[in-house]
Amino acid sequence: MFTATRLNRRSYRTESVAKAVFCLMTVVLVIPVLLIVGTLVVKGAPAISWEFLFTAPTDNMTAGGIFPALIGTVWLVVVALLASVPVGVAAAVYLSEYAPDNLLTRTINLAIINLAGVPSIVHALFGFGAFVLFFDMGPSILAASLTLAVMTLPVVIVATRESLQAVPQAFREACWNMGATRWQTIRKVVLPNSISGILTGVILEVSRTAGETAPIMFTGATAFVAFLPGGVLDQTMAMSYHLYYIATQATDVPEELTFGVALVLIAIVLAMNAVSIAFRVYLRGLKKW
Amino acid sequence: MAWYVDRVARVLVFAGGISAIVFIVGIFVFITKEGLDFVLGPLSLGEFFTSIAWRPTSNNPTYGALALIVGTASVTGFAMLLSVPLSLGAALFIAEFATGRTRETLKVLVEMLAAIPSVVWGFIGMSIMNPLIIRTFDVPVGLNVLNAGLILGLMAAPIMTTIAEDALKAVPDTYREAAEALGATRWEVIVKVVIPASRNGLLAAVLLGVGRGFGETMAVLMASGHAINLPTSPFDSVRALTATIAAELGDTVKGGAHWGSLFTLGILLFVVTFVINLTADIVVRGIRKK
Amino acid sequence: MVDTAARTTAANGVPGPVYDEPPIIEVRGLSIAYGGKPALQGVNLDIYRHEIFGIIGPANSGKTSFLRALNRMDAFTTGMKVGGAIRINGKDVSDWRNEYALRSRIGVVFPLPVGLPLTVYDNVAFSPRLRGIRKKAQLDEVVERCLTRAALWDEVKDRLDSLGSLLSGGQQQRLTIARALSQEPELLLLDEFSIAVDPVTTMRIEDVLKELRSELTIVLVTNLVQQARRLADRTAFFLMGELVEIGATEDLFEGKVKDKRTTGYIEGRFG
Repeated sequence: MFTATRLNRRSYRTESVAKAVFCLMTVVLVIPVLLIVGTLVVKGAPAISWEFLFTAPTDNMTAGGIFPALIGTVWLVVVALLASVPVGVAAAVYLSEYAPDNLLTRTINLAIINLAGVPSIVHALFGFGAFVLFFDMGPSILAASLTLAVMTLPVVIVATRESLQAVPQAFREACWNMGATRWQTIRKVVLPNSISGILTGVILEVSRTAGETAPIMFTGATAFVAFLPGGVLDQTMAMSYHLYYIATQATDVPEELTFGVALVLIAIVLAMNAVSIAFRVYLRGLKKW
Repeated sequence: MAWYVDRVARVLVFAGGISAIVFIVGIFVFITKEGLDFVLGPLSLGEFFTSIAWRPTSNNPTYGALALIVGTASVTGFAMLLSVPLSLGAALFIAEFATGRTRETLKVLVEMLAAIPSVVWGFIGMSIMNPLIIRTFDVPVGLNVLNAGLILGLMAAPIMTTIAEDALKAVPDTYREAAEALGATRWEVIVKVVIPASRNGLLAAVLLGVGRGFGETMAVLMASGHAINLPTSPFDSVRALTATIAAELGDTVKGGAHWGSLFTLGILLFVVTFVINLTADIVVRGIRKK
Repeated sequence: MVDTAARTTAANGVPGPVYDEPPIIEVRGLSIAYGGKPALQGVNLDIYRHEIFGIIGPANSGKTSFLRALNRMDAFTTGMKVGGAIRINGKDVSDWRNEYALRSRIGVVFPLPVGLPLTVYDNVAFSPRLRGIRKKAQLDEVVERCLTRAALWDEVKDRLDSLGSLLSGGQQQRLTIARALSQEPELLLLDEFSIAVDPVTTMRIEDVLKELRSELTIVLVTNLVQQARRLADRTAFFLMGELVEIGATEDLFEGKVKDKRTTGYIEGRFG
């Protein structure tokens, strides 16, 4: 009665083959990550030293370190976060806690998708036209960071909205029924319970912001400045632009040096991602209801 | 008191909410503003779409963008050829076959793939893929459609994999259980139940992948060879729309025709990605309605 | 208006309902619909101070919708439309521009317990803090009193700083009741509170409710006909969105009804 027919066996075989094929495809897709990171480590590691990290480039970028670019990237990221996190969190709170299901809300969602989908070079054109020229900031950390902020805004909004919506509706209703206003409910119950999810999104945004090149090329990044930025209206070097510059524009740069820069950049970005992922895993284990 | 705080908070978060609309409209307004003089003046649509002569700096400048459009299309097309089957396959494996730790590891690796900055991809194209392609295929130049297409394929894969996986996961387990209870194998369930039910989501995933590839700038700039050319084989160098803006904007005179022409390319990029995203959104909305 | 001739339960020393003053709640021509589908229609009734007013009826009879309308919950329930008039203390609930102030004077307990993801202490101190009470000693006093009344104090007094959302279902329900009491409400709305609570605790809470009647007015929606009999002074019977019968609880249970569907439901012939 319960013996496999030929048909059963054939479909079982089909299934095994399908599984193997899909597994192979997945492996083909993720193997390059490991290859890339491996290659960068092998070829870039010899360049890394305290001196490399903490001195400025010398001899037309063919020697020396990356200190001004590292500090520049920190400036860009911090200013971009200061601009985008408050706006992004507010937008997410609106969408999750207030927005009715209407045309405006659909338009906002569409705008967010598009903000994430517009090519980075178009963001660069916008940043140049709007911040550098129209608002007369000139090429500066401020203009570059604001461009980055607009571009990465969807990352904050989407992550925040998700963690807000993970807070069960029953908690809100319980607060409202005690006479709490919407805002009191958000501040006392909803936000405290989603803050870690928001943080995960912010860390992810740091990683995105640190790696972007096109949006800062014309808005504030420069190939070489001898001094560290003193304020948001200065131009600055940045890791990503530095890599682009020494890989394509500068001449006679030793290969080891370029790989070193690429290694540091990818290390920053992947470390941020790893923190974000670890945080998320930790949160999943932390059951609060 | 609390009531007034509530009102003020409502206004503030509403302002945050509409900021996304303000920015997307702002992007369109500002690039149009800078490109308008060119569109109304030197631009000839016929030349723009049919000529391959992009010579904005010559004494008698011409603005034929055909080679740039074809360049972008060929690289994106090549990338999709590689990336669509791999991404959908990976999404199926992660969503339907992989379990537990394997699944988590694969998802993390896909996220890492998405995290690698585009300038690093471009650098890999120049420093690793370029010599590799020259040696393997015995061609004079390794910065070409093949190189940029491979890189772009890998770059567009994570977004496709993630969204396709979400679409597959959105198919209720009750469908799967019902089919399995009738004696279908997992593979039959996937082909006959899961894929048809998530068709729209998979289509949206592919569209967003296309949008991602189409708009990529740094990697294409560095790995495609940046030569104005109508490619006849994957080993030809090409030049993309995005790369042209990135490479030339720094050398233009503000407000000049060359300047305006680059913003016009920007308008084209904006409109095309907008249409792609809008279509993907409508396609996804289609499933929710059902 | 009141056909019970001010029958009070003063016999056991507990002050009973006040039928000779204007009612605390007046409901006139109330109708409720969700997305165009009517849930309750043409309800007229009055509820008096210090009364326990029972509402019985099968599922989908409109009992819960009635409670939701009292508390202006339509403001955050999509698609819920309320017509007619509900006056509390003579003022129409829809005239309250600040609906939060209205809700803060009404305590609500729903069938599914909701322990907020705050500490047990903060759960109960939530409402007093909204009212601006900041002093630790004063808050301590409120927390202990309310938890004691909700028959929860003995179980949680040593872990007031653990999360309210991680208590057991029955404890969370009593926490919800403690929270409702901490509002010092004039009106307490209970919707099938005993679903998530064991029978012994249910009895303890029922005793507390009887005591509370001297301080406030209670509207008790219940799926347990006998619970209405034990607690309610007057009882209303809702069926399929309609108020079928309203009268003194004793009368209903003794078969003195105008509509024989009421007896049918009470005796368990349908439900």
